[in-house]
Amino acid sequence: MGRFGDFGGQFVPETLMNPLKELETAFNRYKEDEDFQRELKFYLKEYVGRETPLYFARSLTERIGGAKIYLKREDLNHTGAHKINNVMGQLLLAKRMGKKKVIAETGAGQHGVATATGAALLGMECEVFMGTEDVQRQEMNVVRMELLGAKVTPVSSGTGTLKDATNEAIREWVARVEDTFYVIGSVVGPHPYPTMVRDFQKVIGEEARRQILIKEGRLPDAIIAPVGGGSNAMGIFYPFVDDREVRLIGVEAAGEGTHTDKHAATITKGREGIIHGMKTYLLQDDMGNITPAHSISAGLDYPGVGPEHAHLHRSERGEYVSITDKEALSGFQLLSRSEGIIPALESAHAVAQAVKTAGEMPRDKVVIINLSGRGDKDIHTVADFLKG
Amino acid sequence: MSENTVNRIETRLQDKKNLFIGYITGGDPTLGHTEKMVEALERGGADLVEIGIPYSDPLADGPTIQRASLRALNGDFSIEKLFDSIVNIRKKSDIPLVFLVYYNTIYTYGVAAFASKCQETGIDGLIVPDLPLEECKTFPQHIVPLIPLVALNSSERIEGIVKDRKGFVYCISSFGVTGSRGSISNKTREVVEKVRSHTHLPIAVGFGVSSREMVEDIHEYADAAIVGSSIVRVIEDSHGDARRVEEFVRKLTGKI
Repeated sequence: MGRFGDFGGQFVPETLMNPLKELETAFNRYKEDEDFQRELKFYLKEYVGRETPLYFARSLTERIGGAKIYLKREDLNHTGAHKINNVMGQLLLAKRMGKKKVIAETGAGQHGVATATGAALLGMECEVFMGTEDVQRQEMNVVRMELLGAKVTPVSSGTGTLKDATNEAIREWVARVEDTFYVIGSVVGPHPYPTMVRDFQKVIGEEARRQILIKEGRLPDAIIAPVGGGSNAMGIFYPFVDDREVRLIGVEAAGEGTHTDKHAATITKGREGIIHGMKTYLLQDDMGNITPAHSISAGLDYPGVGPEHAHLHRSERGEYVSITDKEALSGFQLLSRSEGIIPALESAHAVAQAVKTAGEMPRDKVVIINLSGRGDKDIHTVADFLKG
Repeated sequence: MSENTVNRIETRLQDKKNLFIGYITGGDPTLGHTEKMVEALERGGADLVEIGIPYSDPLADGPTIQRASLRALNGDFSIEKLFDSIVNIRKKSDIPLVFLVYYNTIYTYGVAAFASKCQETGIDGLIVPDLPLEECKTFPQHIVPLIPLVALNSSERIEGIVKDRKGFVYCISSFGVTGSRGSISNKTREVVEKVRSHTHLPIAVGFGVSSREMVEDIHEYADAAIVGSSIVRVIEDSHGDARRVEEFVRKLTGKI
């Protein structure tokens, strides 16, 4: 049930089993429901601002000197990242299920902001769990969530980061499972979440596929996306999975280097185990205790990864690499200066990887970078890093 | 499953009433305390002791047990040393013992190796909060049994959960995590009755139980009451004082 090869599953307390079943049934029902699809498409177009452009980055391409680089502009969505695609889908589902309260976990705050946004739009009560570390480094997002009417609950247990916020959200869901919908922000967690979140994000890849065929008359040679939990990557990869000539490259955070203990390169350096209800790769010590991840970008700072990515890696369909904080910062500055687009630090990891990948390809090849978000939220972090 | 395993839980719990199950976190406040804490619970009248294996991300646990886990992990905790403590406990006591352990700990150790070590050292069962029915099909329950967990909303799942199981049935009396509460849900009685219709195993009720009064209420419709966080609180406040713990447990079991 809910497996991607060996990965996935539902490793959760018994109290969540029937609610997960209920969620799966509702999701399967509304996936095929014309009314639901129409309503979702309406909000994605009129409210979120989709379809996002697939933009040929001429300057960036010339600077790198290799393959043609296209940017899938998820940064142009309302709220500034891809997170809103999944939130709209889950909240409309929650409404259909009669749930009036929603909870969410958040790392960088983008998913929290997206959930608070959707909850305000649809008139639902919203509580967001955020690690105390993240509350500090993404202060503006906390303010945003509160302005949107959400309650932000800081989580100090464990390391005070995304994994702990997720634990607390799960604990809270177990307590309020009868009237509360848990909006998970990435392709992680127990089934049906990884599948459901991917299905709500695959609009990215469906559009990109259509767009590249129009602009280049062929499919891309590679798609590069940052991977934290992995939702933007799964969203753009999924419609291309059966196009075997298209390389799917997921970029994890190498932080201070994968030879240190300060990184979030889960697939490269992690081991198989169970985290947050799923069997996947995770960063853990010899006893199976989960170790904290590190990345300059809060959104990639997660010691697990979506099980569908674990499967793509195991089956060698996807290639998973990692980029350090320093390299990501170079990518951040490069895109800002060459194209006038300030990317989210998460997305900057994909830009940095593109420098390497596209750089080694001839000029007639095509690479798409999933620009998962914009970087306004990261200005202070970058400024600090550049100063010190 | 070995003869001994069936016998300990069965001998002590099967077809008996007014039973008491106590929980402590292994290694809290230090590994050196574990044997004394188990002894204190036994002397206080416990019929079975649950020993929690500390874990970094205990998502079924509230703040009290989260803190206990952290204390234990910050000490010189290791699973091998905990197994050594079990061996020592077994030299003096035949009290039924089960581990409360999250699945990643078992998975990392190696499922078969862990199960065998449990059998070898004298652990009579495992409570794994994040391993539901659907995910335990490959678990070697003939080596060490998994204690079935039933929630307030399990409804039609109950029959499948308790089928062909050994040990006892753990009925979770609240929505939420572990932690002392003033009262438990009145749906609990209904759930226990439903479980009763599907099994002959002893039925225990836990989560939130914190007083003799609540224990007595539970004894009216179930066979055993489980107390966890409240005991862990006493261990925390007294820094593992065996006498205080025993006194507290005596009050709960009524064995003054």
